[in-house]
Amino acid sequence: MRGSAILFSLLVAAAGAFPAAAAELIGDAERGRELFRQCSGCHEVGPGARNRIGPHLNGIFGRRAASVDGFFYSKALRRAGADGLVWHLDTLDAYIANPKVLVSGTRMSYRGMKNAEDRADLLAYLRQFSDNPRDIPEADPTAVRREVELAPDVLAIKGDPEYGEYLASECKTCHQASGRDDGIPSITMWPEEDFVIAMHAYKQKLRPHPVMQMIAERLSNEEIAALAAYFATLKEE
Amino acid sequence: MKLNRRTFIGASAAAASALAAPTVWGAAHGRPKVVVIGGGAGGATAARYIAKDSDGGIDVTLVEPTRKYYTCFFSNLYLGGFRDFESLGHTYGKLASDYGINVVHDWAVGVDRDARKVTLASGAVLDYDRLVISPGIDFVEGSVPGWDINAQNEMPHAYKAGSQTQLLKAQVENMREGGLFAMVAPPNPYRCPPGPYERVSMVAHVLKAKNPTAKILILDPKEKFSKQALFEEGWQKHYPGMIERIGPDFGGDKVEVRPDSMEVVIDGEVQKVDVCNVIPAQKAGRICELAGITDGRWAPVVPHTMQSRMDENIHVLGDASAQGDMPKSGFSANSQAKVCATAVRGALTGSKVFPAKFSNTCWSLVATDDGIKVGATYEATDEKIASTGGFVSQTGEDPELRKRTYEESLGWYAGITADMFG
Ligand SMILES: Cc1cc2nc3c(=O)[nH]c(=O)nc-3n(C[C@H](O)[C@H](O)[C@H](O)COP(=O)(O)OP(=O)(O)OC[C@H]3O[C@@H](n4cnc5c(N)ncnc54)[C@H](O)[C@@H]3O)c2cc1C
Repeated sequence: MRGSAILFSLLVAAAGAFPAAAAELIGDAERGRELFRQCSGCHEVGPGARNRIGPHLNGIFGRRAASVDGFFYSKALRRAGADGLVWHLDTLDAYIANPKVLVSGTRMSYRGMKNAEDRADLLAYLRQFSDNPRDIPEADPTAVRREVELAPDVLAIKGDPEYGEYLASECKTCHQASGRDDGIPSITMWPEEDFVIAMHAYKQKLRPHPVMQMIAERLSNEEIAALAAYFATLKEE
Repeated sequence: MKLNRRTFIGASAAAASALAAPTVWGAAHGRPKVVVIGGGAGGATAARYIAKDSDGGIDVTLVEPTRKYYTCFFSNLYLGGFRDFESLGHTYGKLASDYGINVVHDWAVGVDRDARKVTLASGAVLDYDRLVISPGIDFVEGSVPGWDINAQNEMPHAYKAGSQTQLLKAQVENMREGGLFAMVAPPNPYRCPPGPYERVSMVAHVLKAKNPTAKILILDPKEKFSKQALFEEGWQKHYPGMIERIGPDFGGDKVEVRPDSMEVVIDGEVQKVDVCNVIPAQKAGRICELAGITDGRWAPVVPHTMQSRMDENIHVLGDASAQGDMPKSGFSANSQAKVCATAVRGALTGSKVFPAKFSNTCWSLVATDDGIKVGATYEATDEKIASTGGFVSQTGEDPELRKRTYEESLGWYAGITADMFG
């Protein structure tokens, strides 16, 4: 199949990894409060925090760099913000580790926090002063997704239909098992290979649907194969 | 058939007890028993999945007082005239006939955790090996001074769907010309973060057609709310000049109501209103408190299995649970129910337990064919269910995309209700 060859090269190119430390829950916020003493000479955080030598850090997660009203940023940081630098767990982690590596001309004169665990604890503390996804679902995530290793024989994986059935319970919230289409297409009885290719296309953001990209993004190759195996054999009612 | 099933259960029960699960259901005890309290988004889904996937191996009883469950989801669309009321109603017939679930229409009024028994209002007592509780929300008394449940006819909450929703719709439609509709919005956390603002959109949609000089006032204790930029953009576009919101900076957090005289008092200032939708602060459904599984207002759970942190024989789902990052939504409750179902089956029959996965998407309607959405995925950590990433509709999107988003929400509604009720 032509589509599969194209997709395949993309899959191999896209393999990558996030720092393992960030994959679990962020860290120990209590310890982070202690560590914040190193920062509190310049930054405030918490109720009533104001800009000082550095900007206040309330709501930092999910905020574009250099976007606190009334704070005068370095040109370098403003430029980074305009280029699309947004403070997430990973970018903050890199910035705290060594500010000048992420933004060369930053005025933040801080040597950097070398210990990854310290950074995780500090970020866990700061996280408490940003929006909570429970209340504002679009708020910045608190965990970083584990990346999948992509083997060259993705398409050949034999899916486990029992696992597929369990995983499929997530799909069935929207895709009706009966094959009915009331606004969301049926995926019942889809040929296995088409299914696998489509899901990887979402995963690689080639297919443009945000819900499906989100769902596909965290499915492993085995899980996609398992789902494909299950849906291929499901009977329309 | 029955004999086969027995043999199978016997075998898997043995396998499970090897995993150190307490052997509560020996041969004398018969099939393991699961009682589910609450037949809503969490409870109906859990009951159905446990019954369906154990293939008769688990005896499932669902306790739910109402014979027809009216979904809160899409109840705002009913207010806006996009759905009729009956389309929100769902019965439990298939859960009983197709899945063999014992559906008991009654209230659970007590849980004896040591004896593992649930008492019903009728006096009947149900034994369980595992108990699933998904009772939704109750309101925090005194959270809006001047309002209590006795005032719900003058100032409806319409935050549990049913006659309250019908009452609010009638009040909006019969409001005097040029009248004022006020909403007292709830503090975090509450069910359906975008719900109050979708409701405002739907009320505005009705008023624009029927009563265009009417106004809407939102009194909000929160600084920010979900999909705020999208809603505000939509309100500007579809209902210019109609909607005003007073946040905590201007007294939106210091609101008292007077149902007898139809007044609201905002930081000491009295305002006459024609319709007033009071959405109080919320807490876990009362049965959680009675069962002694709450910490503060909610019932904390272990993310991997949705087991209560106070009692491993109880699972808490949906709005009532304190789980971490998931918003209190029907989608979330449905997602959590599936994780719970696989954990319960694993514990009682020894079936394979797969790792927990959660997701949520909330669609909202701003105006005709103008749908927006927000969604995220989650994973279980030891501390909480943590969000791992998501998306939200963008401002300035193409009308075609917004229309597609709305149509998608119709598909979701059909999907999730089929997933709950079979
Ligand atoms: C206006 C509005 C709009 C919404 N829109 C959406 C949306 O678009 N998408 C979305 O995903 N979510 C939406 N929601 C949220 C959604 O309705 C809830 O989050 C969801 O219903 C929670 O499921 P649950 O199982 O926790 O509780 P519920 O669905 O409320 O079910 C609880 C059930 O338990 C029963 N019960 C309570 N106490 C007892 C007892 N003691 N004994 C026996 N039974 C008991 C109740 O009768 C009820 O049927 C909306 C909510 C509102 C108010």
